[in-house]
Amino acid sequence: MSTDITDDINRDTGDDFASGQVNRVGDRVFSGMSRGAGLVILVTLAGVALFLIWRALPALTADPSEIGPGGSEGNGSGFLPYVGTLVFGTVWASVIALSIAVPFGIAIALFISHYAPRRLSRTLGYVIDLLAAIPSVVYGLWGIFVLAPAMAKHVYPWFNDHLGFIPFFSGKVLASGRSMATVGLVLAVMILPIITAISREVFLQTPRLNEEAALALGATRWEMIRIAVLPYGRSGVISGAMLGLGRALGETMAVALILAPANVYSFKLFTSQNPNTIAANIALQFPESTGLEVNTLIATGLVLFAITLFVNVMSRRVSRGRVA
Amino acid sequence: MSVSVAHLTSDEMVAHHFDSPPLARRATAAIAGASMVIAVVLSALMGGVAPARVLAIGAVVYALSIYVVSRRVEGRRRGFDRLVTTLVTGAFLLVTIPLVSVIWTTIDRGSARFDSAFFTETMRGVVGAGGGAKHAIIGTLIITGLAALMSVPIGILVAIYLVEYGRRNRLSSMITTMVDVMTGIPSIVAGLFAYSLFAVFQGPGARSGLAGAVALTVLMTPVVVRATEEMLRLVPNDLREAAFALGVPKWKTIVKVVLPTAIGGILTGITLAIARVIGETAPLLIACGLAQDTNLNPLSGRMTTLPVMSYYGYVAPGFPPEAGYDRGWAAALVLIIIVLALFTVARVIAKVLQPKGLR
Amino acid sequence: MRISSKRFIAGAMAAAFVLASCGGDDDTTTTDAPPVTDTPGATTPGSDMAPVSGTLVGAGSSAQAAAMAAWQAGFQAVNPDATVEYDPIGSGGGREQFLAGATDFAGSDAYLKDEEYQTSIDRCAGDQGAINLPHYISPIAVAYNLPGVDALNLTPAAIAGIFAGTITNWSDSAITDANPDITLPDEDINPVHRSDESGTTENFTDYLSAVQPDVWTYGKVKAWPEGIGGEGAPQTSGVIQSLNAGEGSIGYADASQVGELSVALIGVGDSFVQYTPEAAAKSVEVSNRVEGRSPYDFGFELDRTTTAAGVYPITLVSYHIVCLQYEDQAKVDFVKSFMTYVGSQAGQAAAAAAAGSAPISDDLRTQLLESIDQISVAG
Repeated sequence: MSTDITDDINRDTGDDFASGQVNRVGDRVFSGMSRGAGLVILVTLAGVALFLIWRALPALTADPSEIGPGGSEGNGSGFLPYVGTLVFGTVWASVIALSIAVPFGIAIALFISHYAPRRLSRTLGYVIDLLAAIPSVVYGLWGIFVLAPAMAKHVYPWFNDHLGFIPFFSGKVLASGRSMATVGLVLAVMILPIITAISREVFLQTPRLNEEAALALGATRWEMIRIAVLPYGRSGVISGAMLGLGRALGETMAVALILAPANVYSFKLFTSQNPNTIAANIALQFPESTGLEVNTLIATGLVLFAITLFVNVMSRRVSRGRVA
Repeated sequence: MSVSVAHLTSDEMVAHHFDSPPLARRATAAIAGASMVIAVVLSALMGGVAPARVLAIGAVVYALSIYVVSRRVEGRRRGFDRLVTTLVTGAFLLVTIPLVSVIWTTIDRGSARFDSAFFTETMRGVVGAGGGAKHAIIGTLIITGLAALMSVPIGILVAIYLVEYGRRNRLSSMITTMVDVMTGIPSIVAGLFAYSLFAVFQGPGARSGLAGAVALTVLMTPVVVRATEEMLRLVPNDLREAAFALGVPKWKTIVKVVLPTAIGGILTGITLAIARVIGETAPLLIACGLAQDTNLNPLSGRMTTLPVMSYYGYVAPGFPPEAGYDRGWAAALVLIIIVLALFTVARVIAKVLQPKGLR
Repeated sequence: MRISSKRFIAGAMAAAFVLASCGGDDDTTTTDAPPVTDTPGATTPGSDMAPVSGTLVGAGSSAQAAAMAAWQAGFQAVNPDATVEYDPIGSGGGREQFLAGATDFAGSDAYLKDEEYQTSIDRCAGDQGAINLPHYISPIAVAYNLPGVDALNLTPAAIAGIFAGTITNWSDSAITDANPDITLPDEDINPVHRSDESGTTENFTDYLSAVQPDVWTYGKVKAWPEGIGGEGAPQTSGVIQSLNAGEGSIGYADASQVGELSVALIGVGDSFVQYTPEAAAKSVEVSNRVEGRSPYDFGFELDRTTTAAGVYPITLVSYHIVCLQYEDQAKVDFVKSFMTYVGSQAGQAAAAAAAGSAPISDDLRTQLLESIDQISVAG
């Protein structure tokens, strides 16, 4: 490790253009500071990772009967069964959110970049960015006060009555609307601005010449978008979707406020039996937890960390591909 | 139509393209009107003419009929183009519903307590109705300010290292990876980290504004690094090379040439990063606790922020609960206004400091 | 909503022997000082002592958070230089932090466990450990949403069956037999429970497992057991909201928060008891104290199966856990002063008005005051 860094130092100063003694000092100080800041990042992250693993270990090594609900009486199910439904719920909620938000995100990005009048489109872009920054607790409150009751009253029963033969829509509709469908919708609304903002950015960067060439060849607007804009923006859309997925996976307060959780594997969207998500479960259980329960929750946090890490690295891969 | 096509922008070309089709504006309006009539009839048959239902059915009928009509009159390709246009516009209109609803709900419910007392009073000694969010507003400013104070210099320096010094060496690729990893830290995990870090020094039960600021710093730094990195990479290499050719030392080039060129974008990125973390709730619940009174000392004692106050307004509204709900919504409203203000600031900065020739 | 809260405040105030003029005012949204701070400080026993200053830090039960806000307000009105901080982080966390020495007192929905009591001997100055003071008694209401059904009798067997998922329809004979005068709909029951770990769930399941161990086989738990269905909702607010939203729902919640919802009468012995502050307070009086503790300890093993008349058995008792001995005099003065106020008539009335809790009986107050008097500097 230390030899690596010495190597780096040599390489850094190697491409230094300065010659005077005074300047050299300035350069050394400045490059040292910036490298120091980089090391702070490494140390911080190592700290977070070490702490997570250190605090999670007791749960991973403990007797399975002590982990999970009923663990304090020795009736627990063990860590893997406990975290299993949580991982399932986390991924399931995010998949629902993503499958709603991506088509809409692309459509809105296209609307802003290629359909709306120029002046309106700048304002809309600004509004979308703003929406991405609305705190999640606000979305959560809105979800439980406004969306959940409205959907449970007007929309879910219709799907349940007419499309109940599809497993997703079967079961008894939960009257309060605290179901996976509502969570998926709220998460979709939350990540929509992220996906839209990034997609719009890449759509706007489509080389003007490509677009004009397509139009000059007599393409309709949609054909021009299909030929010139979408292929160019594809990787951007994917990395936007990945970022949105990352946010959906880690979203805490909105899910905790809305969802009616139960430790189950279920694809049903409208019922009271919904798998919880990792982050929401931590927020709900942490305050009243002691001892091994805390370790268990931190271990689930570690699992969540691993999942979001995977998603982020993938997204970075894709967006790097775009730059290259 | 004598204008030479070469002078037209693509927007104008699209417009130009669309002025000519045989399907006139009047015809589309007629189809829209007919769709709405059909929608009213259909929804009456389905059991009730609710405005939402009529609009939903009408939109579907319109999309289908404009496609069919246009396909017959203008041909297959134009027909499909119109269908896509309708779908894209429809998607946009549909999405505005929840987004407008979020904002409207917050304004509507938040305005009940959006009075002067809300900004001048704290929750000390308040039971039931009354009280205010002065302590939470101050707490938000202190904690977010400290987080910015820590993450901005580190973030900018890291970005400078990545772009200017450590081009593709092992340390820089390691840092890039780690910044990615940090971006993925769920906020509640950052809170757990900050809490236990301070628990080492101050013993268990340590709650302080600084702990919250550390949690936010963990979340904010990678955002600042990425935004700054992006902006620094946009600075043309010609500028750097010109400075080097004049014998300007590298650090001076960075400070006097590169940073000023990118400063607009960097400041915008920082402002947006602040706007993102200012609404964090989960980590502060764990790291800062809940206080009823103003606490100006971030080193010790609990400190409340607006999102936390908003959350507690819902989960622990007191008795009777209405007053607590009202305060929670008002706190959410103030938070949204702050975010809005930050965005406006970012936009102004971007405009004022935007270097000519870029973008 | 408004009418029923007013009625509840009035009832709670009357029970606390406080004149209605002290705090029975309407809860209009004025920004005036709240009713509780209007209570003349001179009537509080806490003010007999010299005013204290400094900061007292507590953490724990979120159930007593609203009452604590009232106590903070009332106490700080008399002691303007004093600040009482309370972090509603949950009972488990509260005890943990207290035992680690991070806080001066804990709020907890359960008394210290035996091993925690042992730890407290190390944590506190001297060698007498910590004591449990039951300062917050709150009835847990079983509330339901059935339009047209205003009064409902539920036997312990029916309650346990409903929440264990063995009784799933409102027209089940286990429910209708106890309600001969009303017609119950042929509708599915939607039992609502807390999705977070909570003292309310712990006390409710303690009741279920005590009265119907064969039906409720899951024991006394903080977190709702897996695999028995029902709707989970976060915090008391969430449960109330779910109950209001869904017809056919039934749930358990802090009685002060049920608002307009109808509340079931609970079968005790041969009669059905309506929850009232007095009936809840009585559930403590019929219970036995935990053994093997300091003589000044008042941890209660609540008797859920009592058949005594007029006792409401589904009660949450939240304690203040304090050391019998502290290191310095200032802390001792502060703790004594604050705890004396909290247990006083004024303190209990303030909590009743703010949180709808049941004031402790005069008898218990006298005993608790003796315990508080024992708090001293280790020496």
